[in-house]
Amino acid sequence: MRADIVISTNKLTKKFGEFTAVNHITFDVHAGEVFGVLGANGAGKTTAMRMLCGLSLPSSGEATIAGFDVYKQTELIKKNIGYMSQKFSLYEDLTVMENIVFFGGIYGLSDAQIKNKSAELIERLHFQKETKKLVGALPLGWKQKLAFSVAILHHPKIVFLDEPTGGVDPITRRQFWDMIYEAAESGITIFVTTHYMDEAEYCHRISMMVDGEIKALDTPARLKKHYQATSMDEVFYELARGAQRTGD
Amino acid sequence: MHDVVVKNLVKTFEKCQVQAVNDVSFTVEAGELFGLIGPDGAGKTTLFRMLTTLLQPDSGQASVCGFNILDDLKSIRSQVGYMPGKFSLYQDLSVKENLSFFATIFGTTVEKNYDTIKDIYIQLEPFKNRRAGQLSGGMKQKLALCCALIHRPRILFLDEPTTGVDTVSRKEFWEMLIRLKGMGITILVSTPYMDEANLCERIALMQAGQILSINTPKEIINQYPRALFAVKAEQMSRLLGTIRTFKFVQSCYAFGEFHHITFHQLLPDNLPRLKEELKGFESLEIKKITPTIEDCFIQLMNEEKQMA
Amino acid sequence: MKQFIVFVRKEFYHVFRDPKTMLLLFGMPIVQIFLFGFALTNEISNAKIIICDLAQDRGSHQLIQKIDANKSFEVDHIIHQNSGIEAAFQSGDIKLAIVFPNHFDKDFLHLGRSDVQIIADATDPNTATALTAYASRIIMDYQVEQSIEMKRVAHIVSEIRMVYNPELKGVTNFVPGVMSLVLLLVCVLMTSVSIVKEKETGTMEVLLVSPFNPILVILSKAVPYFILSLINLTLILVPSIIVLGMPMKGSYLLVYAESALFIFTALGLGLLISNSTNSQQAAMLISLMAMLLPTIMLTGFMFPVENMPVALQFVSYIVPSKYYYIIVKSIMIKGLGLAAIWKETLVLALMCLALLAFSIKKFKRRLE
Repeated sequence: MRADIVISTNKLTKKFGEFTAVNHITFDVHAGEVFGVLGANGAGKTTAMRMLCGLSLPSSGEATIAGFDVYKQTELIKKNIGYMSQKFSLYEDLTVMENIVFFGGIYGLSDAQIKNKSAELIERLHFQKETKKLVGALPLGWKQKLAFSVAILHHPKIVFLDEPTGGVDPITRRQFWDMIYEAAESGITIFVTTHYMDEAEYCHRISMMVDGEIKALDTPARLKKHYQATSMDEVFYELARGAQRTGD
Repeated sequence: MHDVVVKNLVKTFEKCQVQAVNDVSFTVEAGELFGLIGPDGAGKTTLFRMLTTLLQPDSGQASVCGFNILDDLKSIRSQVGYMPGKFSLYQDLSVKENLSFFATIFGTTVEKNYDTIKDIYIQLEPFKNRRAGQLSGGMKQKLALCCALIHRPRILFLDEPTTGVDTVSRKEFWEMLIRLKGMGITILVSTPYMDEANLCERIALMQAGQILSINTPKEIINQYPRALFAVKAEQMSRLLGTIRTFKFVQSCYAFGEFHHITFHQLLPDNLPRLKEELKGFESLEIKKITPTIEDCFIQLMNEEKQMA
Repeated sequence: MKQFIVFVRKEFYHVFRDPKTMLLLFGMPIVQIFLFGFALTNEISNAKIIICDLAQDRGSHQLIQKIDANKSFEVDHIIHQNSGIEAAFQSGDIKLAIVFPNHFDKDFLHLGRSDVQIIADATDPNTATALTAYASRIIMDYQVEQSIEMKRVAHIVSEIRMVYNPELKGVTNFVPGVMSLVLLLVCVLMTSVSIVKEKETGTMEVLLVSPFNPILVILSKAVPYFILSLINLTLILVPSIIVLGMPMKGSYLLVYAESALFIFTALGLGLLISNSTNSQQAAMLISLMAMLLPTIMLTGFMFPVENMPVALQFVSYIVPSKYYYIIVKSIMIKGLGLAAIWKETLVLALMCLALLAFSIKKFKRRLE
C-alpha cells in the first residue's frame, strides 16, 4: 500500500435540494496513478470532479486533495491542481502563445519559468508555426493537446481531465494518452473521466459511477475477471443496466 | 434505385479558409442502413446539412430520392426525416406536445403513423407529460427520433444521434434503427464511434472533409493491407515505448487491453523475434487478430498523410 | 498581484478583438455627444405661427414685423378671419396664433390701451408655455418702445388662451410618447428574440426540413405578441385617462386601429432584425440600440425635432413612432378623425407593408 495518497474521500456527498447527485463516495488515489472514472451522463462524474477541484462545496462527507481539506483550503487545492474539460480549455480569441503566457501567470509562474516551459511545450507539440494563431482556428485535436499541456504547465500534483478526448480522431486520441502517460510517469496524478471504454484500459484503476454511487472500483483486469467479461464495455453494460437514472 | 446520389460535393467556410467537405462522392441504396463514420470536424454535419437542403454546396451535385438538392427543396423537405446533432426539440413543451406539433407540421397525426414509432414511444409513454427539457439524454434522443419518424419519411438523416448518450441507451438506439430498417426506411447515420460502424450495412469513413473509404464494414476490414497482431504484458506503457523502438515494427498503437502492431515486412520470424526482444516483460501475450474498423481508420489516415 | 495583471491583460485582448464591443465602447459616446450637443435642445427657434390680423393697420404691421424678425418665430402666413385659426392648429404645424383685433392701432394711440390675443396649441404644454412667454415679451417690448416714442404710457394687454390642453397637463405629451415607445420596443424586441431563439436552440433547423412553410412559423409568432400588445395598450390607456387625466376626445376604435397598424410595423421591424442575426444577445442589442435611441430622441415627445439639425430631421422621417405619436395626439387630445391624419396613416401603412414584404422576401430558407 503506497503511502503517498493524493486524493482521499470519505462518504463525499452532494445534494441539490432533494436530488442527490453524488451519494457517499469513498475512495483513495495514489500519487502518479492514472485514475479513471466511467459513467453515463448524469451519473455524477462531473459533480464529483467539481468537488475535488474545490469548485463546489460538498453537502457532507470529507475529502483531502493534495493534502488540503476540501472545505477549508479550496484556494490551496486550486494552486496545486490542473484542470481541463471538453467544454472549456483555452480562450478561443487569444493566440496559442497568449494562452500559455496567461495561464502561466495565473498559476504563479515567474516570467523566466513561463519562457522556458512555453518553449518546451511548443517544441514537444511541434507547434512552432502556430504560436501566433488564434486557438479558435486550430483543429480540435490540437486544441485538446495544447489544453492538456497548459493544464500541467506548472507541474501540479494532480490534473483533472473531464472527458478530454470526446470527438477527437483516433490517432490524436492516442497521442493524447501518450501525453497522459508521460505526465503520470513524471509524478503527476491523473484523474480522468471518459466515455470510451478502451480508454478505461489505460488507467491503473477505474471507478464506475452509477446514479451518484461508485458501484465498482478496481484495476481493469480484476473488474473483467469479477464480472466474467472480456471487455470493459461488457463490465459497464452489466453495471449500467440496473441503473435508475438512465431509464429516466 | 439510388436514394441518395452525391457527386463531387464541395463546401468551404470563412471565405475558403475552412474546407469542410472536399470533393465527396457516394451513393446510398433504397432501404440501406448507411453509416458516416468520423471524428469531429470530419465534415459529417456539413454533408448532412447539404443533403437536407439546409446549406448550399460550393460546387458539385447531389440528389435525395431523385430530387435535386439545389432546386427541389420543397420535395426533399417533405420526404425526409431529420435529426440534427444538437437536441432540437422544444424544451418547454411536453413529450406529447412535441410529438403532435411535429406531426401537424408534416400534415399528419400521431395516430396515423403510430405503428412506425410504437416500439420507441412505448419507452417514452410513462413520461408523456414531462417537459422535453427534463428528460435524460437517452430519452431525449428517443423523442427526437420519434419526431423525425412521425410522418413516416422515406429516408432518415440522423446526425450523431448517439453522441453524449450512455452506453446502454446507445445500444438500444441501434436496435431501434435496425428495426426501422426492416420497415424499408433508408437510414443515413453519422457517428464518431468506430464500434458502431459494424452495425451498418455500408459505411463511409470520413476525415477532414474527405472520404477515406466506402464499403461494407467487412470489406473494409478485408482490405486492411497488413497482418495485425495484438500484444499485451504487464506495464503496458513501457511496452508501448519499447516496441516503438524496434525498427522491424511498422506501427504500434494502444488499443485498450492490447497494443496493435504491424510489421514492415511479412517475415516468418517476426513473432519469434518480437517474443525474444520482449522477454523482459511479464505475462507477455502475442496473437494475430482481425483488424477493427478503428485499425482501418488509422491506417487510412496515415495513408492520406503520406500522400499529402 | 501579478495574476491580477495577467488577467487584466487578457481582458484587454478580449475587448480589442471583438468589433461589437469596440463599437459600443467608442462609437456610442461619440454619437451621443454629438447628438446631445447639437441636436437635442429644449430651446425653441423658428416656431411656425400665424397671425390673424383683423386690424390691418400701421400698428399691427409694425408689431407683426417685429415678431417675425425675432428668431423664436417664423410667421407662416397671415389670415384675416378668425375661422382660419382652428384649421391652422389642426394641420399640426402651427403652434401659436396671435390675433390683432379691429382698431388695434387706433385704440392703442387714442385710448391708451389695446388688446391682443395669444392662442397656443397646448398639446405640448412646455412648448406652449415657452412660446406664449416669448410672444408676451416681444409685445411688451413693443409697448415700451412705443410708449417712449409717444412720450406717454400706453398698454397692450395680452390675453393668453391655451387650446386642446387648457390645464397644461404634461401627461398629454408623455402618454402618447410612452405608448409609441412601449409598443415599438416590446414588439420589435420580443419578435426578433423569439425568432432568433429558434435559430439558436436548433429547432429552426428541424422546422426548415419539413413541408411547413417557415413563413407561417414567423407569422405565428407575431400573433400572440399582437394580441398582448393590444392588451398592453389598454393597460396604458386606462390609468392614463382615468388617473392621470389624459384627455380622450376622439374615437377609441380609431386609436386601436392605428395602434394595430403601428404594432404590425413594429413586428415587421422585429422580423427584419431576426433575419440578420443568429444570436439572441445580438438581436436584443440591435433592437434596443437601433430602436430605443432614435425613438426617444426623434419621435418628438422629449425634444422638439424641429430644432434639430436638418440631417436628423430627415432621419426622423423614417422613424415610425414619429407618425404614430402625431396620430395619437391628434385623436386623443385634439379629437380629430381619420380625415385629419390620413397622411400619417398612409405613411405608416406604407412603412408596414414595405417592412413586412422585404423581411418575408429576405427570410432565409437555408441556414446560412
